[in-house]
Amino acid sequence: MEATAAASRVVSAPENPPNPWIPRRFRVAARKQETSDTFSIELADAGGEEHEGFSFRPGQFNMLYAFGVGESAISISGDPAAGGQPVHTIRVVGTVTRALGALRRGDVLGVRGPFGSAWPVEEAAGRDVIVVAGGIGLAPLRPALHQLFADRARFGRITLLYGARTPRDLLFGDDLDRWSRRRNTGVQVIVDVAGPSWHGNVGVVTSLFKRVHIDGPDTVALICGPEVMMRFTAVELLQREVPIDAIHVSLERNMKCATGFCGHCQYGPAFVCKDGPVFPFARVKPWFMVREL
Amino acid sequence: MQTRDLEKYVAEHPFFAGLKSDYVKLISGCAQNAAFNKGEHLFREGDPANQFFLIRFGRIAIDIPVPHGGAITVQTLEPGDIVGWSWLFPPFAWTFDARALELTRVIAMDGACLRGKCDADTALGYDLVRRFSAVIAERLQATRLQLLDVYGTVKG
Repeated sequence: MEATAAASRVVSAPENPPNPWIPRRFRVAARKQETSDTFSIELADAGGEEHEGFSFRPGQFNMLYAFGVGESAISISGDPAAGGQPVHTIRVVGTVTRALGALRRGDVLGVRGPFGSAWPVEEAAGRDVIVVAGGIGLAPLRPALHQLFADRARFGRITLLYGARTPRDLLFGDDLDRWSRRRNTGVQVIVDVAGPSWHGNVGVVTSLFKRVHIDGPDTVALICGPEVMMRFTAVELLQREVPIDAIHVSLERNMKCATGFCGHCQYGPAFVCKDGPVFPFARVKPWFMVREL
Repeated sequence: MQTRDLEKYVAEHPFFAGLKSDYVKLISGCAQNAAFNKGEHLFREGDPANQFFLIRFGRIAIDIPVPHGGAITVQTLEPGDIVGWSWLFPPFAWTFDARALELTRVIAMDGACLRGKCDADTALGYDLVRRFSAVIAERLQATRLQLLDVYGTVKG
């Protein structure tokens, strides 16, 4: 405990931010079932504490604490401009996410964060942007897309390539429709397998690259999804002359402390929680092929 | 459609990019224009594979039939893609269904005609097999990724 207390003092000393080790209480203000195994919750200040709203940068995550069960690192999926009420989109994959999924409107949970690095949206100003998402990977990219479309004129062509398992697993259908109608924007959706009622694309997300035009040297790429998907996506982008420094990926590892102390999320020389989860691809490329990682 | 138009479409299709002009002229003799309305099948599993198709406009679904009359779509193809290589290998039978998702225009290539020309000119045959091998390799790789079911295991 002494070590923890000492670490806490070190972290909180410079500007006296909220103690990163202590969860703040939020209540579930709204809950939406997105797919059979994925839901979104919007969180509001639970009251009784001195909250100063909630601001974050696209790509960051929170540690959500289901009291009595445990914590899980969950990306923030809402609009960064909305302020105050963070939104998380969560897929039920284990004990904690199952407990979070059982929460209903008014229920209280703990929140630590936001933590981690952000998508380099500012770096993309004046350039084309390609966003490639796989499965639940669209959730951490959604705040960046909100930011891109909120300031649409500052960016060149925006292309979103989104792959999912089946049509029933597609997230944020309303957003996809709305974004696809924006000027100078291309949205391509593809699923691995589908029934006859689906009239969209079927195949792997990388097969969409031959359907879109990419001005490689003047493009910034944001990728989030399973690492296998990101690896093959990076290959496609590099073949189209997107500079490796302009390719950014979001990684996921088993995060516990979220502040780079515990080492659970170590990835090569980096900690995903503190140095990531958003990394320049050039920085993590050597580790992508290390099978033990 | 004029033979000259067919030659033009064959030459312009990405699958035949860079093919020598005398070969284009030669294989265009095996080509004919065809159109399929939305929902119409180009072929069904088990049918004799006498042709392959160069998609010019529209979209094609590759379906695998399942019991009780349904089908699962495992791939969609668009202009610039080709449909089918079963014409190239015995037993020359389709192993899946191909269905037009919308009005689709294709160049249909006669498989027996092409095999005959490839047998007569092995350089042409080698060229075509290399082109088909690239497509087969690409689709095999895509199938492997689909088999991984990567979206089924990522955490949220």
